Amino acid sequence: MTENPIQSASEGAFDAFHTPQRELVDDCVHCGFCLPACPTYELWGEEMDSPRGRIHLMESGLDGEPLSGSMVEHFDNCLGCMACVTACPSGVDYGSLITQTRAQVERRHQRGFWERMLRSTIFALFPYPRRLRALRGPLALYQRSGMAELLKRSGLLAKLPPHMRTMESLAPPVRRAPKLPERVKARGQRRAVVGMVTGCVQSAFFPDVNAATARVLASEGCDVVIPPAQGCCGALSEHSGREAEAVKFARGLLDKLHAADVDYVVINSAGCGSTLKEYPRLLADDPDYAARAEHFSERVRDVSELLDELGTVAERHPLPGRIAYHDACHLSHGQGIRSAPRALLREIPELELSEINRGDICCGSAGVYNLLQPQAAGQLGDRKAENVADTGADLLITANPGCSMQIRTALERRGESMPMAHTVEVLDASIRGTGVKSLSER
Amino acid sequence: MQPASTANQTEAETAPTDLEGLIGRFREALAPESVITDPQRLRTYECDGLASYRVVPAVVVLPENADQVGEIVAACAEYGIAFVARGSGTGLSAGALPRSDGVLIVTSRMRRILEVDVANERAVVEPGVINLDVTKAAAPHGYYFAPDPSSQQVCSVGGNVAENSGGAHCLKYGFTSNHVLALEVVTPDGDTVELGGRARDVPGYDLMGAFVGSEGTLGVVTKIVVRLLRAPESVQTLLAGFPSTDEAGGAVSKIIAEGITPAAIEMMDALSIEAAEQAVRCGYPEGAGAVLVVELDGPAPEVEHTFAEVQRHCRDHGAFEVRVAADDAERAMIWKGRKSAFAAVGRISPDYIVQDGVIPRTALPEVLTRISALSAESGVRVANVFHAGDGNLHPLVLFDGSEPGAVERAEEVSGSILDVCLAHGGSITGEHGVGADKVKYMGRMFTEQDLDTMQRVRCAFDPDNRCNPGKVFPTPRLCGEAPGQRRGVHPLTEAGLADQF
Repeated sequence: MTENPIQSASEGAFDAFHTPQRELVDDCVHCGFCLPACPTYELWGEEMDSPRGRIHLMESGLDGEPLSGSMVEHFDNCLGCMACVTACPSGVDYGSLITQTRAQVERRHQRGFWERMLRSTIFALFPYPRRLRALRGPLALYQRSGMAELLKRSGLLAKLPPHMRTMESLAPPVRRAPKLPERVKARGQRRAVVGMVTGCVQSAFFPDVNAATARVLASEGCDVVIPPAQGCCGALSEHSGREAEAVKFARGLLDKLHAADVDYVVINSAGCGSTLKEYPRLLADDPDYAARAEHFSERVRDVSELLDELGTVAERHPLPGRIAYHDACHLSHGQGIRSAPRALLREIPELELSEINRGDICCGSAGVYNLLQPQAAGQLGDRKAENVADTGADLLITANPGCSMQIRTALERRGESMPMAHTVEVLDASIRGTGVKSLSER
Repeated sequence: MQPASTANQTEAETAPTDLEGLIGRFREALAPESVITDPQRLRTYECDGLASYRVVPAVVVLPENADQVGEIVAACAEYGIAFVARGSGTGLSAGALPRSDGVLIVTSRMRRILEVDVANERAVVEPGVINLDVTKAAAPHGYYFAPDPSSQQVCSVGGNVAENSGGAHCLKYGFTSNHVLALEVVTPDGDTVELGGRARDVPGYDLMGAFVGSEGTLGVVTKIVVRLLRAPESVQTLLAGFPSTDEAGGAVSKIIAEGITPAAIEMMDALSIEAAEQAVRCGYPEGAGAVLVVELDGPAPEVEHTFAEVQRHCRDHGAFEVRVAADDAERAMIWKGRKSAFAAVGRISPDYIVQDGVIPRTALPEVLTRISALSAESGVRVANVFHAGDGNLHPLVLFDGSEPGAVERAEEVSGSILDVCLAHGGSITGEHGVGADKVKYMGRMFTEQDLDTMQRVRCAFDPDNRCNPGKVFPTPRLCGEAPGQRRGVHPLTEAGLADQF
């Protein structure tokens, strides 16, 4: 793929390279069932910020309308949460359409200077676990030295531009990181060999989640293979239309993690999992990688999906307490995984599971959406925080690092807090019998 | 999406209008982002749920409260410009089709539930509130809002009022008109009035009755007082598989003849089952030529007794499988197949027309035979979904718009189905409304005099024909043919042939 836009013969918003497909657009019958599912329609109540409206805009683009600033604005406003895909009775493949459209926007639309700077900064940092890890030291110092507090109290923080403020507020508290071995042996009889994808944000800021994943898998009879220095899977880039970059990352990960050596490839981050399953589409044009991508994707499982599939063998110890489970969009809508994590959590004795009202609406995190669209993301975060707080739970469970950062920040804005954990951390605490405090008091 | 065959607007002579001036007034009255004039944005409003009719409006406004609606409509009156009101844009008769020279007033930002008065069994809502959200707000108190069109998760209560929407359960509970107590309405000249009243009976002419189902031709509703019903003590739902629609139809007639009034009886034929199966994997009985969904509700002992009767009637009429929903989740699964049927047909056909006609229930077997004959003669596939209890048919006429002549063939079959309905003493629409789509059939159902009489009612509300003009009635009569301020005396009035209202 080339970075130069390929001009199509006809005028219009899109060029000939991976044009949003007319057949997919035509699948939409304009019934409107997607409207109430869409977070931006929920916020603004206008047609062009609904899935049906965005598909209509794509159709205009295919019919010859130029890729105008207003068109781009509405594509950019989409969180990519895929709630509309769940809601759609006609089976419109909105995921492919918006991915194709975003790639066109990135190649063909000239953004303003500051917008470009912001995007380059984000993509020079987040998909690189090593760079993120390098940030941990200074960030921990910033948080613990009192500088963060000082900046907040002095009012200086409020003077930063909104994007910077969001980035500051989202940074999670830094924890000590245990280093993962390259192979963890199954406990008891071996039932499967799994390769583990460690993620970028997950490995840099939530290393406990990766450690818990390896322990739980081992307890359930899996040999866990953890190749070091994996790099990014390409999810953030792909969801933002940076196709070439995503393809590069995807190839890199396939080189590191040989699916041939394992029964399953397991991932504990919802956003990454959704992209790993889409590798065949991402690498379809690449003769060297297309077949490998197919083979790889067939084996990819979210950790909850795999544990549910394998069935429980390790004993669960009671965890008395009340939890609320938050559906990460890329797990529930993107991969259709809703019942597996709930079933796993319900197996834990004395653990009470509450549902979050309007749980199918995105929290506003959506990859890097909260950095690019801080206002809309903030409003969605506030709504989510209110519904989360209403559950009165002691602990919030979510399977995506982005969601937990977003909801934690939104709760803080309301002057509230709720301890958070990943599904596997709860399972880990139950299997090891370390009690609920090991999760809520860290 | 269905092919864009731009509708024929009545290209009557329009008085020169000052659209720019009107937009200026809108900008004064509304927030900047509530007035849409960008051509690409406007285009996303060019159609509602019936995408084969498309017209890009001149301007879209998104009012946030009743006062703003009043200001918008008054400004339209002042400038003599036509307007169309729209809710969630899910209508299936192009009732909210915009005018290229007019204003589209969208109520999607007016979605506050203003009051839930459980003790008096009513709620007050803004027109943009989604139908299902009324039930969600009432459910914790043990109440619900009865009208349940298949699009209830997205359609607005304002739209329900305009279309007098029904739904699967209107067999027992009636249409929207049975569940509205009062309306706050902005009349076409910009006045805000209340029709009906919170008391159960209001003396004088039933103006609210005229307004409900008027398809946006009499004004814009800004507040609705709806009735809430107590949720029934017991609900039982079954799904029965039959070899064909004949047996299923026989079972329906028998159940009702025995004096049972189910909350709903719905039928789907093989083709629509196939579509629903593909869309939502509802797990309907395999190999069924037709399925019936029967729901009973009411006091537990009564439901228990009649439910056994219903099961017996189904088996007596050849049902090879009768499945009873054990809990709410199973009930939801049964309904999911039925409620997603329209949109699900998109899975088995690139394009389709959702037809809506009514027949006497007893004519069902005959009419279905006629429909399959029409389908066989023309080679156009027709899937059938109906509210079998009250004879409301929804034939889905399937076609591929990219094939030359396919649209015309489908439309012909679709029109012929309505002729069959009329020939059996039925109606051209059960619940989707006339809108722009069925204007051409009004003359088949009503005489000139009928239509003129209806037109007089309209003129009483909208003498200048500015309120959703071109919908419902084939040709506007008596009170001015075109939108725009009427200048001088109407020629018919002058000739002493007609009165002006």
